Amino acid sequence: MSITATNRSIPDRLGSPAQRYLKSWESLLLLVAVFVFLLNSLASPYFLDAWNLSDATFNFTEKAMIAFAMALLIISGEIDLSVASIIALASTAMGAAIQFGAGTPEIVAIGLSVGLICGAFNGALVTGLGLPSIVVTIGTMSLFRGISYIVLGDKAYTGYPASFSFFGQGYVWWVISFELVLFFVLAIIYGVVLHKTNFGRAVFAIGNNPVGAMFSGIRVARVKFILFLSTGLMASVAAICLTSRLGSTRPSIAVGWELEVVTMVVLGGVNILGGSGSIPGVVIAAFVMGLVTFGLGLLNVPGIVMSIVIGMLLIGVIALPRMWQQFAEKRSA
Amino acid sequence: MTLLLKSREAVLFGAIIALIVVISTRFPAFVAPSNLANAFNDTAPLIILALGQMAVILTRCIDLSVAANLALTGMVVAMLNTAAPWLPAPAIIMIAIGLGAVMGSINGFFVWKMRIPPIVVTLGTMTIFRGVIFLISGGEWINAHEMGENFKAFPRAIVLGLPVMSWIAIAIVALFYLLITRTPVGRAFFAVGGNPDAAVYTGINVGRTQFIAFLLSGMLAGLTGYLWVARYAVAYVDIAAGFELEVVAACVIGGISIAGGIGSVGGAVLGAVFLGVIKNALPVVNISPFWQLAISGSAIIIAVAFNAQTQRSKGRVILKKAEHAT
Amino acid sequence: MSSNAVHSEPNESQIADGVAPILELGGITKKFPGVVALSDVSLRLYPGQVTALIGENGAGKSTIVKILTGIYQPDSGDMKLNGTIVRFPTAHHASDAGVTAIHQETVLFDELSVAENIFIGHAPKTRTGLIDLAEMNRRAQELLTGIDAEIDPTVKLRELGIANKHLVAIARALSIDARIVIMDEPTAALSHKEIQELYELVGQLRDQGKAILFISHKFDEIFQIADRYTVFRDGQFVGEGHIADVDENALVQMMVGRSVDQIFPHRETHQGEEILRVSDYCHPTEFEDISFTLRKGEILGFYGLVGAGRSEFMQSLFGITRPSKGVVRIEGEIAAIDSPARAVAAGIVYVPEDRGKQGTIIGLPIFENITLPSLDRTSKRGFIRLAEEFSLARTYAERLDLRAASLDQDVGNLSGGNQQKVVIAKWLATRPRVIILDEPTKGIDIGSKAAVHEFMAELAAQGLAVIMVSSEIPEILGMSDRVIVMREGRIVAEVENEQLTPESLVRHAAGIAESVH
Repeated sequence: MSITATNRSIPDRLGSPAQRYLKSWESLLLLVAVFVFLLNSLASPYFLDAWNLSDATFNFTEKAMIAFAMALLIISGEIDLSVASIIALASTAMGAAIQFGAGTPEIVAIGLSVGLICGAFNGALVTGLGLPSIVVTIGTMSLFRGISYIVLGDKAYTGYPASFSFFGQGYVWWVISFELVLFFVLAIIYGVVLHKTNFGRAVFAIGNNPVGAMFSGIRVARVKFILFLSTGLMASVAAICLTSRLGSTRPSIAVGWELEVVTMVVLGGVNILGGSGSIPGVVIAAFVMGLVTFGLGLLNVPGIVMSIVIGMLLIGVIALPRMWQQFAEKRSA
Repeated sequence: MTLLLKSREAVLFGAIIALIVVISTRFPAFVAPSNLANAFNDTAPLIILALGQMAVILTRCIDLSVAANLALTGMVVAMLNTAAPWLPAPAIIMIAIGLGAVMGSINGFFVWKMRIPPIVVTLGTMTIFRGVIFLISGGEWINAHEMGENFKAFPRAIVLGLPVMSWIAIAIVALFYLLITRTPVGRAFFAVGGNPDAAVYTGINVGRTQFIAFLLSGMLAGLTGYLWVARYAVAYVDIAAGFELEVVAACVIGGISIAGGIGSVGGAVLGAVFLGVIKNALPVVNISPFWQLAISGSAIIIAVAFNAQTQRSKGRVILKKAEHAT
Repeated sequence: MSSNAVHSEPNESQIADGVAPILELGGITKKFPGVVALSDVSLRLYPGQVTALIGENGAGKSTIVKILTGIYQPDSGDMKLNGTIVRFPTAHHASDAGVTAIHQETVLFDELSVAENIFIGHAPKTRTGLIDLAEMNRRAQELLTGIDAEIDPTVKLRELGIANKHLVAIARALSIDARIVIMDEPTAALSHKEIQELYELVGQLRDQGKAILFISHKFDEIFQIADRYTVFRDGQFVGEGHIADVDENALVQMMVGRSVDQIFPHRETHQGEEILRVSDYCHPTEFEDISFTLRKGEILGFYGLVGAGRSEFMQSLFGITRPSKGVVRIEGEIAAIDSPARAVAAGIVYVPEDRGKQGTIIGLPIFENITLPSLDRTSKRGFIRLAEEFSLARTYAERLDLRAASLDQDVGNLSGGNQQKVVIAKWLATRPRVIILDEPTKGIDIGSKAAVHEFMAELAAQGLAVIMVSSEIPEILGMSDRVIVMREGRIVAEVENEQLTPESLVRHAAGIAESVH
């Protein structure tokens, strides 16, 4: 911050940057992550093993890719509940492509195109017809997965080419998987777009006050449409990784992921009503969810118990500060 | 335009009749009374849950935890039945409703007192309730042979040609119709969702009204939990997984506005019946049941687009000459 | 049906024409952060009489209505109902005491039936505890017939027009046996015939002994319907009396006679060439045949009553709504403005009246609000440069003398006046050619008001073309070079400043013939 103006009547900011970071949601979440990490390493001797930890990242990398795009969408005041179904449809399209002898580049291209088309469909319904995104995407959630069911029924596509397996099973270096690298690259891209560009600023403005944003000359519909496109695209990227990792496509692939993705976003400090949130928060939330799942797994606690923890986290992280506030108000009154 | 508005339910009713007629011209077996009764009985849980969901959506909320509530209640009563087979069905039903009510009021509490967005609350409780099923059951299934005969027989007993489960659904539709149209709280659902500021002016407590809606939704989910488990004679963690979305879909197709304040009991019932007819018709007309999901998805999108067109608000009229044109 | 006011022992000051006021407010003060909405005002309402409350926008009329209906609590002062001191901590209390308001935007429920709207909260019940539909519909029908309203009580409210919705609101007032009925600009959206019917109805209510507070801008209807008047100005009580004892001129004087105590910046007009020419602008329902020109350095005032279509036209000029017909030329070139983004690019910016919803983006810091439409200039290839942003925001914040703790403070924490400065700063930072200010000083404190006025003058002096929509006569008179008056969506007069008088403005806006003198 180097402003040369002298005699400032109004300071740029109050308080030091350190103070702001300390008070932020992200630092609290980071503390939770460290705590879970320590707890896990004390609880299980198998935890602090490079390969185990590496395996654990697959618990969240694919979901987090979608969560980045979803974070922007939710900050803008919309939501996309069809992401898991986009995974199913993209995966189905890729599997179908193999039957026609497509190679890895074609498969990837088809997967990504399906994601973009689905995103454009959602975006057009929401911004073009002005429909509420929650209902539209509940509808497309059934529609997209429904098409997978029509195509596949109770069958499955397998036989993906060997080179395709790299996306979900490949390692870039030692224990560092391709997915983990992609996760970080996407985190940086989305973080920069949201926090460092004009586009990101428009997203925040729209989320806080869509009417005011329009009155400020922002093309609200266009921004929202792009966000739906990006969410569709990220769902198809996740579809590529997941399909590659599993090596097969069933129509029930990734069922329920939309809720885990939304949970990750909200846990990351994004306001479900729009207007605020950060990508670093979502990154840490992804790690927290991954670590909890993995730790409980090592302790032979079934995955579903994890869902209780996640559900409580989701409500607790919003409820506790408000309870505290109400308590404080009562005492001061 | 006003005719369309008046006959939102009529359009849907016509669509259902048309659907049935088209099917019956080629597959007369479909309209056999026994088959229709069967289809209705299959749709009973959806109808009951759609009514509860309607109350919630009317107040500008949403309840995504109904299916998990149903599954948890179902598991609890099934376990209770194995532990205490002597409990009569009415007692089981009361317990199921009570348990559902507790879960509904948890949702309502967080929405009313903590002012947490309903979608977040119910997304959270949905996963929690599912997790609790696992905790109490250890992931085990409770199968038909472990359940008492009375427990299983009650919803299936035939009274006046219809199973008790169907009669319960009919009774609840009637009760709900009275509740929605003839009680102050029912009318308050519309007031709170339609114009919350004005509702305050008329002395309605918005948060409390939303709480009551969640309570109702929970009670109905609890009741359905018992009916479901007894009817299908099995209880496990994942029963009715994803059913909450079908319930929301029934409401949306039935013309209940997700923005709150607009909807009717008839609409919710017809929305559920529409989905039920499709589900039951697919195997009859030799279309793979795998089409069902895509069809209901398309129906949701068409319904919401249709509703949005008819509910579009008009701008201010200032010009005198335009006054009578609209 | 009506319960006659119970007469307590009145003291002498309360007696007028032998009738004691049913409701008497004295010394009422209400402050909001940065603004004193009401300062030591009094108001008396008498049974069987219509009292007109007269005042400009910002005079405090809506605040007093909210106090009367229990939405706001006064900071000081007291309220006497039949001589007994009462308090209305909630809307419920006010309604229990028999006070009901019929608002500008009728606050009722579209999806409920007419009868349900009338009886919500106090519906008749059957022995089983259910709402007695038959009885409710019958009583609703009775009430509606009683006010000559031909409305089926069983239809949904949404199927009624605005006039009939008003009647339903009135029926509701009757159903709770209100003793005091507040009508807040009830005729704003009604046709001539509907207005006449409403007058008859008001007469009926008066004859039933109800005390009516009638808020209106329209002098013709005040003289037609009111028995008494009370005038507020700038949150202060100016006077009251019998309507028969005053004429229009006297009322206009009381209403606007403040011009002496408000100082406007001295301006020398040096207008440049024409910058904006609007021809034949029309909209299907909101305005038509709007044509005018604007020169550089000019301040063009738009005066009219609330609902005359001024804001609607300005928002269309800014690309929010599409006109059905009409051309905008900027420096002779036709500008196709179909969105605010296009308008900004063409150099037209708009400071809206609804500051909280359309002006500021509450939740974002001050500097982000200011730079939002100028990000293309402060950023590099789409990437934000905070230092540039802070410096741009600082430049304009200082020019407007913004009072804030820091530039990254949430704009929502500022006072109304400072929020308005942020909105103006936001638009100036885009270097516009035409700036439209819609009620630029509505609801802001005197200090900020003066700053905004001074700044407006400075902008004009620098060659910016300014359009100012205002319902405040002193502001229009004090600031404009030329004034366009709109009524019912059309331009009814265009006057140079020298020929302006407050009285002529009011006449044009209200459609009163000159001969009333």
